Amino acid sequence: MRGTPTVADPVPLLIMGAGPAGLAAAQEAVAAGVGALLLDEQPTGGGQIYRSLGEASGERQKTLGADYAAGAPLLGVLSDQGLDHQPGATVWEVTPEGSVYYTREGQARAVSAEQLILCSGALERPMPFPGWTLPGVMTCGAAQILLKGAGVFPARGAVLAGSGPLLLLLAKQLIGAGARLVAVVDTTPADNYRAALMHLPKALRTPGYLLKGLSMIRTLSASGVPWYRGASGLEAIGDDAVAALRFKVRGRQHEVVCGNLFLHQGVVPNVQLSRSLGLEHRWDQLQRCWRPSLDDWGASDLERVAVAGDGAGIMGARAAEAHGRLAALGALKRLGVLSENERDRRAAGPRGVYRREILPRPFLDRLYQPHPDYLHPADDTIVCRCEEVTAGQIRKYVELGCLGPNQAKAFGRSGMGPCQGRVCGLSVSEIIAQARGVPLEEVGYYRIRPPIKPVTLGELATLEQPEDA
Amino acid sequence: MARPSYDVIVVGAGLHGLSCALNLAREGLKVVALDKDHPGRHASGVNAGGVRRLGRHEAELPLSVAALEIWHRIEQEVGDSCGFVACDQIKVAENLSEAEALQARVQRLRQLGYDHEQWIDEDELKRRVPAVAGHCVGALLCAGDGSANPFRTVMAFRRAALSAGVEIRENCPVQALRAAGSGWRVDTPDGPVDGGAVVNCAGAWGNNIARALGEPVPVTAAALMLMITERLAPFLSPVLGAAGRTLSFKQFDNGTLLIGGGHRGTAQPECNRSRVRFAGLRISAQTVGALFPQLADVRVVRSWAGLEGMMPDHIPVIGPSGRAEGVYHAFGFCGHGFQLAPITGRIMADLLVRGQSSLPIEAFRIQRFAGIADTAAVDTPEQRISA
Amino acid sequence: MTFDGRTIEARGGDSVAAALIAAGVTETRTTPVSGAARGPYCMMGVCFECLMEIDGVQNVQGCMVQVREGMSVRSMAGARTVSDAGNTHGG
Repeated sequence: MRGTPTVADPVPLLIMGAGPAGLAAAQEAVAAGVGALLLDEQPTGGGQIYRSLGEASGERQKTLGADYAAGAPLLGVLSDQGLDHQPGATVWEVTPEGSVYYTREGQARAVSAEQLILCSGALERPMPFPGWTLPGVMTCGAAQILLKGAGVFPARGAVLAGSGPLLLLLAKQLIGAGARLVAVVDTTPADNYRAALMHLPKALRTPGYLLKGLSMIRTLSASGVPWYRGASGLEAIGDDAVAALRFKVRGRQHEVVCGNLFLHQGVVPNVQLSRSLGLEHRWDQLQRCWRPSLDDWGASDLERVAVAGDGAGIMGARAAEAHGRLAALGALKRLGVLSENERDRRAAGPRGVYRREILPRPFLDRLYQPHPDYLHPADDTIVCRCEEVTAGQIRKYVELGCLGPNQAKAFGRSGMGPCQGRVCGLSVSEIIAQARGVPLEEVGYYRIRPPIKPVTLGELATLEQPEDA
Repeated sequence: MARPSYDVIVVGAGLHGLSCALNLAREGLKVVALDKDHPGRHASGVNAGGVRRLGRHEAELPLSVAALEIWHRIEQEVGDSCGFVACDQIKVAENLSEAEALQARVQRLRQLGYDHEQWIDEDELKRRVPAVAGHCVGALLCAGDGSANPFRTVMAFRRAALSAGVEIRENCPVQALRAAGSGWRVDTPDGPVDGGAVVNCAGAWGNNIARALGEPVPVTAAALMLMITERLAPFLSPVLGAAGRTLSFKQFDNGTLLIGGGHRGTAQPECNRSRVRFAGLRISAQTVGALFPQLADVRVVRSWAGLEGMMPDHIPVIGPSGRAEGVYHAFGFCGHGFQLAPITGRIMADLLVRGQSSLPIEAFRIQRFAGIADTAAVDTPEQRISA
Repeated sequence: MTFDGRTIEARGGDSVAAALIAAGVTETRTTPVSGAARGPYCMMGVCFECLMEIDGVQNVQGCMVQVREGMSVRSMAGARTVSDAGNTHGG
């Protein structure tokens, strides 16, 4: 059994994140006979999409759908002797030289690797509107986590609000699980349907996605659950917890009572690690998010670092898996384990899968582009939840000369709370860009500094194997 | 020969540069301040904001005492409170030997005519800082010291300088410096700038000008690191240091703790960058743990490092050039320049306008490095300045 | 486990936050800034809304900790508190 890895003794390949991309990368490493270390924050593997899959009963898998169950083969690599899987490991620093600092079971330590693959996945896009911070308001991703975990679901009426494939999928899953789904409030602007049509032909080349979408629509329509479309002007009402959701459809005011409200406006790449490394990022106007600049093998401008899966750009689980394989194969070639020809031979299959699985993306991205209400919320809407900074306050900073999100930190505390800008980053950049009247690329994003996840003074004090101990 | 367009060119618009520019402009001089980045980009914007006379090198004492008087009326000086809070500074002794050393220092300062540092015993220390670890035996107290907000201070000095008529050019590096007529000419990407005098406040890059004049100094760039925690309920009022450890520790109004103390990250002055090193932050965390063990579960939310100019004898270079008429230096404040900034400007105004400083600055003269080899680390072809 | 003294039934493998939500709890803290009521939001360790005191340790993300028999959970009221010297931290 392998000893604890150290800085002095680098591992050839270190993978961060055990979602589809990370698991697939690990499989490629094991197949090539290369010792890889897989660090993952969660107690069990699967990332978010395949969360708790390893423990899920047949019935639960059926409720959650075939796509969920399809992840099972990937989990097998976690028990392979050739892989060092360390769950419950929170990475908080990665250096360009390949050192990785993490905390596991209360102990902080450092390791180093010759090649690193970041597979941090995605986060929910923020959806700020009045009342979104009330207890009982959560994300659709959170609802799925509740379903995938113990499968217990709150007994009070649930309302789903927002836009995106996850909204429909969750509705179908909740209906199948017998949960009390009170309403689905869809904020997808009518214009988006027209605008997305131009991407439809490409999407039809991988018909599976669209057929699944149609199936979700059928289930929802047949369920009798009210489905409001083209909703805007959302407001969550309640004193100490959410009690109802108000919204407008075609000028008419509605109000639905709910015990839990689940929000969704799509997902965006989790760029905390890639940004802290100083990798170049570009703004993707269609996906309306930042993505690291990578080559065909997921390799970045830092020779040791590759990024794979949703963290490279939203691509979906199947494409993430293929992308993870490509990133690992690229790394294995850079390690000298595979020749260029061997790498290309092994990559042919995944390359084909990746290309096919991303075909529907432009259609989905355009269809589910976020409603302007959530990019540029009203003045009194909180955008930085941790520090309770409102959109209006950010606009005031701009009036006082603030040019971007980093300068905003000098005017107020947005981005300085424990979530380190994960929830508010995009909102703050969008608001400043609109207030200044400049493109978002010019405004930029928070400078991300370590620790990438908060680390305690006690952990730091007992850090094992720091770089130059 | 054409008359110089400016009376003074200040190189570097960090806090010391802005202070010099402000004071010179208030004397009626026409001043331009040139900065290769923007004010607060390096040392000025990323330090711990300590406003202290406590623990100063003896040579700095008269300057520091005079500076604190300005800090206590900083709003009159620059039109903003700068976030200055006179919350006192304390330096803790953890054992008898440290206590004796601190008490000896108090005696020494008294002999020199200073009484701002006082010894407080264990009971008094624990009354003021109930959270401090039991083994601490006493401390030096400097009542009237405190801390301020570095970025806010830089912005306030910048606004005041602009109001006084200073022209500030950002993203404007000095590429060459040469004598021209009765004054000096600097080359910048926007063209040449002519001035009667030059003040070198280029911080970690101060040797670029010094060397060009034939008086190199061994200033190096250090990336001093800081950490900040999540919000905590208020428990610490004064700024805290320790006699036997590198530490600067304070709690803001919003409850977060700022932990600094001079451990170094990786400095890359040639590309304006610095990175933290967790080996050093580990030591900071251990230091906090020794003095406040109950903080072990407190989480660090962010860390950063700036770029500060360090001198081998731990005091800055302040004073006229030893080689060139009309050039003056004020750089290399070694991680403790923030509090001195208001007085640096006064000294510079005295030197340029009245020909001498009213405060003693002999110890800071650049000539103390004559004969020392040019070992400065800030060294790329692009940054070399020809004279 | 208990939450602010109230006994809660939870299933093994659940996170503390999931167990609380399943038991009908929505509010798990008040913010240090304004004292506003908050509860778990993302359930995946990103948002830091579910900060709780677990077995004496303050500001722990409830969604990242699995329930244990006899666990004592308390809501966070505002910022973390710091004890005076001589009190050891909660472990």
